[in-house]
Amino acid sequence: MDLFEYQGKQYFERFGIAIPKGDVADTLEEALAVAERIGYPVVLKAQVKVGGRGKAGGVKLATNADEVREHAGTILGLDIKGHIVRRLWVEEASSIAKEYYASFTLDRPNKTHLGMLSAQGGVEIEVVAEENPDAIAFISIDPVRGLDLETARRWVAQAELDDVAREQAAELLVKLYECYVEGDCDLAEINPLILTPDNVVKALDAKVTLDENAAFRHPEWDAFRLTDTEDPREIMAREKGLNYIGLDGTVGIIANGAGLAMSTLDVVNQVGGSAANFLDIGGGANADVMAAALEVINADPKVKAIFVNIFGGITRVDEVAKGVLEALNRVTIASPIVLRLDGTNAVEGRAILADHLNESLITEPTMLDAARRAVSLANA
Amino acid sequence: MSIFVDENTKVIVQGLTGGQGKFHGLRNRDYGTKIVGGVTPGKGGTDVEGIPVFNSVKEAVAATGATASFVVVPPKFASAAILEAAEGGITFIVCITEGIPAHDEAETYNRLVEEFPGVRLLGPNCPGIISPGKCNIGITSGDIALPGGPVGIVSRSGTLTYQALHELSQQGIGQTTCVGIGGDPVPGTNFIDCLAAFEADPETKAVMMIGEIGGSEEERAAEWIKANMTKPVVSYIAGVTAPPGRKMGHAGAIISGSKGTAQAKMEALSAAGVHVCQNPTEAGQKMVEIVRSLGL
Repeated sequence: MDLFEYQGKQYFERFGIAIPKGDVADTLEEALAVAERIGYPVVLKAQVKVGGRGKAGGVKLATNADEVREHAGTILGLDIKGHIVRRLWVEEASSIAKEYYASFTLDRPNKTHLGMLSAQGGVEIEVVAEENPDAIAFISIDPVRGLDLETARRWVAQAELDDVAREQAAELLVKLYECYVEGDCDLAEINPLILTPDNVVKALDAKVTLDENAAFRHPEWDAFRLTDTEDPREIMAREKGLNYIGLDGTVGIIANGAGLAMSTLDVVNQVGGSAANFLDIGGGANADVMAAALEVINADPKVKAIFVNIFGGITRVDEVAKGVLEALNRVTIASPIVLRLDGTNAVEGRAILADHLNESLITEPTMLDAARRAVSLANA
Repeated sequence: MSIFVDENTKVIVQGLTGGQGKFHGLRNRDYGTKIVGGVTPGKGGTDVEGIPVFNSVKEAVAATGATASFVVVPPKFASAAILEAAEGGITFIVCITEGIPAHDEAETYNRLVEEFPGVRLLGPNCPGIISPGKCNIGITSGDIALPGGPVGIVSRSGTLTYQALHELSQQGIGQTTCVGIGGDPVPGTNFIDCLAAFEADPETKAVMMIGEIGGSEEERAAEWIKANMTKPVVSYIAGVTAPPGRKMGHAGAIISGSKGTAQAKMEALSAAGVHVCQNPTEAGQKMVEIVRSLGL
């Protein structure tokens, strides 16, 4: 789950990372109230999960109430690359002497954590990596040992941060690492990490991605989730606990397992169709999950045919079959369903459906056959 | 021959008394796997359909001589279970648990490497390993596998592992061993570990490798294949149509920027001489051709 900047900053604060004073505002009045409270000048920042908001007019400086009114009015409702701005982050304006970059992420090939630190922040780190790779100081951190202050001190020296910034930066990096580990982040990135003219180091931006698998030990994440997506299909799927991603095609996809679900998208595409979604019902799905999946797909008006592709392992095909019947009892499914059922308890599953098959509930023996059938129904 | 396990491998099930543990543990036993015990703290002294249950891995190993463990416990207990297996003397751990936090996986992996260098972890979030006719540890349905070889299978995705087995078995092509390495960011066993084992196994004549978007393991495998592999490899990569920036179910399956795309992986594998196919069915057909051309 990607966080908005304001959520990332609030998350940083929990771990004692210095950020500029600020608060959220959803309306002009709220923006004004925040500005009056923290004092001018303030910066109004559009809260969208897409890069390039500054260039799009989503970040403005305001030195008085009139300017807050003017800029808040323009930014709220602004369309930035398809993302409508509904919330602002209003913070005290910071004077900037230097801009650095800092991040932690998982180094998958080496199975350790990777820290990146650069004295050249404020621009995309990918650009720095390409044009001037020596400007980034990399550090590999053993997850068992973690990052201590001594190591962080050597690291800021290696990155050639300004002398006056080093001790503060080292301490901040240890806290950022704590946030990354204790906070179960896939990514914790500060760009820019600034040094002010009066020698204070703080995080001017926050890019945080949380690991959904760790949600069980982070009840505080529920608040982040409410504002995570605007796709009503994804909201409905999440409420039902399904792993769903909305796409633009006409064939609704339900599969068990991420790999098979991705492959189903590929095969539908190869036989001339397009998928309306990615939906992995996961391992061990029962009848309830299957019924919920069909209901979510059914609510998508673009869907013209549904392809249920199941290869039972930990998922039992008889449970899937029961779920299909249950969904058909509960709601009217608008599109024909094409099923391909193999694996654990497939014989039992097919038997359960045998008496219910008709022109809108069809089984096919192979994945390719089922894909062709679903696509031809969707295109009919 | 098989890799990592064989007909003599003695296996305990951590979590045997749970719903999934019981269902799949008993299925593994029915398949012929030597399931010699279960471990559930507090339930030692009981049994699950004749399989003795112990309080700890250490007790189970002492009583049964098991060398392998099948870990089927919820995500929040999985790391502790894996480490308990290693401490208890198990040398091959199969963990099927889906949904373990990435930080737990990274820490557990490094603990194993540092403190238990002789231990191999397969998974987490994987279907397990099956050596058809000999041993099945995990959640793969045994009836879709065909004994006798000559093909080895390695796959990052659970259900696509079954699909791969199915495509070959339907055509009468058997498997030496089929390994599901799992789709998480920090797998205990990777493609190269399996490719190297298949390369060294005289009964494996060709390998099917199923990858997916995200990470760079397929690219690393391609380099290894180019330098070391003498046996033919057929590959399929899932996720050609996956949109960038969206996690496709598996914690590891995400295209970030221009990295981790199916296209890049397919190109790397092609350049290493691998037969790259567009879907699992095509990969199965290609493997049939190869096996026939080898005169098997």
